Amino acid sequence: MIPELGQFSLILAFCLSILLGILPIVGAARNNFLWMSLARPLAAGVFVFLGLSIGILAYTFVTDDFSVQIVAAQSNSLLPMRYKLTALWGGHEGSFLLWTFMLAGWMLMVSIYSKSMPVQFVARVLGVLGVLCVCYILFMLATSNPFARIVPLPPTDGSDLNTALQDFGFIVHPPTLYMGYVGFSVVFAFAIAALLSGRLDAAWARWCRPWANFAWAILTIGIALGSWWAYYELGWGGWWAWDPVENPPLITWLFGTALIHSLAVTEKRGVFKSWTVLLAILAFAGSLLGTFITRSGLLTSVHAFASDPTRGVFILGILVVTVGGALLLYALRAPLMKSTVGFSLVSREIFLLTNNVLLVVSAASIFLGTLFPMVYQAITDDLISIGPPYFNAIFVPLMIILVVFLGVGPMSRWKKTSVEYLINQISRVFLASLIVGVLLPLAVLLKFSIAATICIILASWILLTIGKDLMNKVANKSSFILGLYSLPLSYYGMLFAHTGIAVMLIGVGLTTYFSSERSVLLGPMEQVELGSYTFVFNGHEEIRGPNYIGDRADISVMENGSDIGSLFPERRIYLVSGTPSTEMAIDAGLLRDLFITLGEEKEGGAWSMTVYVKPFVRWIWLGAIFMALGGTIAAGDKRYRRVRGREAYKNNKEKSEAYLQPAS
Amino acid sequence: MKRHRKRKLAVIIFITLGLSATIGLTLFALGQNMNMFYTPSQVALGEVEVGRNFRIGGMVKEGTFISAMDSLRVRFETTDFIHSVPIEYEGILPDLFREGQGIVAEGSVDARGVFNASRVLAKHDENYMSQEVKAALDAASASEAGQFLQNRPE
Repeated sequence: MIPELGQFSLILAFCLSILLGILPIVGAARNNFLWMSLARPLAAGVFVFLGLSIGILAYTFVTDDFSVQIVAAQSNSLLPMRYKLTALWGGHEGSFLLWTFMLAGWMLMVSIYSKSMPVQFVARVLGVLGVLCVCYILFMLATSNPFARIVPLPPTDGSDLNTALQDFGFIVHPPTLYMGYVGFSVVFAFAIAALLSGRLDAAWARWCRPWANFAWAILTIGIALGSWWAYYELGWGGWWAWDPVENPPLITWLFGTALIHSLAVTEKRGVFKSWTVLLAILAFAGSLLGTFITRSGLLTSVHAFASDPTRGVFILGILVVTVGGALLLYALRAPLMKSTVGFSLVSREIFLLTNNVLLVVSAASIFLGTLFPMVYQAITDDLISIGPPYFNAIFVPLMIILVVFLGVGPMSRWKKTSVEYLINQISRVFLASLIVGVLLPLAVLLKFSIAATICIILASWILLTIGKDLMNKVANKSSFILGLYSLPLSYYGMLFAHTGIAVMLIGVGLTTYFSSERSVLLGPMEQVELGSYTFVFNGHEEIRGPNYIGDRADISVMENGSDIGSLFPERRIYLVSGTPSTEMAIDAGLLRDLFITLGEEKEGGAWSMTVYVKPFVRWIWLGAIFMALGGTIAAGDKRYRRVRGREAYKNNKEKSEAYLQPAS
Repeated sequence: MKRHRKRKLAVIIFITLGLSATIGLTLFALGQNMNMFYTPSQVALGEVEVGRNFRIGGMVKEGTFISAMDSLRVRFETTDFIHSVPIEYEGILPDLFREGQGIVAEGSVDARGVFNASRVLAKHDENYMSQEVKAALDAASASEAGQFLQNRPE
């Protein structure tokens, strides 16, 4: 009975979102204030009923109702409670409900934090989001009902959550990634609303920016969590594999990054308008592409849901309708949005344009590499795969160029910058970063590698130009502290995000080129050396968890002869599914990770294992945290709130005019 | 031509050149890094040149798995139930590696006809057969039907 209530609630949400997708948009077109004002209550209604629906689904998981298909497929009575709750998004149906619920959450946020925007605009934004909701819920009801039952004979127990998913990463990575992904739907809705109204000005960019920044920040964290999880769970010590399913979030992220930069230009200078709108559409298309690739069954990958082709066709339909419709609208309306302001060949506008071109080109080439095998197969019927070398060969050089410009961009001025001024500013900084780049890896790790040196040069280039720019900014203030205080939050946001890139570069460079690993076979009390570390195998014991049994090895680690602790890698067999699983042991540190994967038992109590030393690997995710922090700080800039007051005033005037309209 | 027209033309030429260079380089990189996929039968019949990197997919043949006692070296055969190809690999195998399971391996064939794998992949979900393995088995069963008609020379 209870699961049916969940489905009923889903259907109610569907009905409300149909109203939300129609009434406010029509109302905005006809200037019908009553219809427009329905947008907020309807959005809240969709949120409540989707929330009820997902809450009920969670309840069926917690209470082990195995008559519900996805509970039987993804859960088990032995599963620990935290995984029972999160097993909800361990499969296609539940995760799509989560996705849709996230959209409703963003919708609610927009309806709450949009008091300053004109009623017409809010109605259009919520209306567009409502249309997306209609598509998603229809998809669920038609092809993948999360509440479907097993009749007439439900199993007595479930077949367990995929063992690779029974991990902390699974609790945090999918919701965060989805939230970031879906956040770009909001920006998309803003863009469509602007196209519908034909009003695309600095005020629009100002409304849009905090949302874009915030969605971008969450997506950054979501991707980083995925990378961190893959690093410690999948067991080869890699943090990025160019997996076809890792790529769409990255494509979306790259478009998103281009978008937040282009929005800055649109707000400050009123140019790049149509380009900004196009980027908003592309970022949204990237997020739908990710859904399509994971759920259509086109790809074989860690992430792929076992699936049936009708779903793929349906999502492709959603993609064609929403993105195609948006692009059509764009083609009709964009020519109207000509910019009138010019800028010269050396100016901040040009640097930001370069940033955009590089980001979009890299996103496009990743897109090409991801889809190429599918297209190739469709045409020639031959199976191929595109390996990491392709992606590295394209992405790395583009990013190097991008980082070089990243240093100069913030220092340049809008409209026109003299080349002499720039050279004067950066020549010493450039020399300094060359020196740091060559010396630092030598000093810290006593090793040399050209590629790592380039990474460090680029990282210090970013940091030193930031420092130089900061000094310039506070130079004519009475005191340093006062100068820092007077800078806007959005500037600090940029500063943090760019620092994040530098931190990540250091991590990537040093981990990639200075990691060492050894695969060995160790008998009890035998040891292996790697760098300055010695690993001693003290033996193994049998262990028993709530839903698995296994072996645990005890390995003590010494650094230069002194004991620094023990590591306990495990090999588990999950009882319900009989699947083996390897649990890595990691000793994490800011400067290096020690990492052990346990293989299998051989003769005489000897075990095969691989030990890794990975210097600075944590900096990769630390960099992502900096970036996300930067995005969040920038979203909180006073400017957006101050303007709200002014807009609210204007808005009230408009409102009273709108009240008058029906009467006249 | 007027000055602003000239400028426009320059911009268009610049964009066209940049775009075609990008597309050209990208396609070149794609071609360089394309790993073709072959079935055990194709490899056993010598369709792949020695030393070239590619992927092979098939089932791990029952009773062929040998692992060295003093190192991480393993040897097994992958099969599409018509031909099989010996694979050698040094390292820790994925969790779901078992005899009778479908695997995909990346690497190259040496002069002895042994496939030296640099990477061995097995699926994370055991209900799920990788597209590559399925293709290999399908191709094998199709050719098996054909070969039965010709009194299959083994």
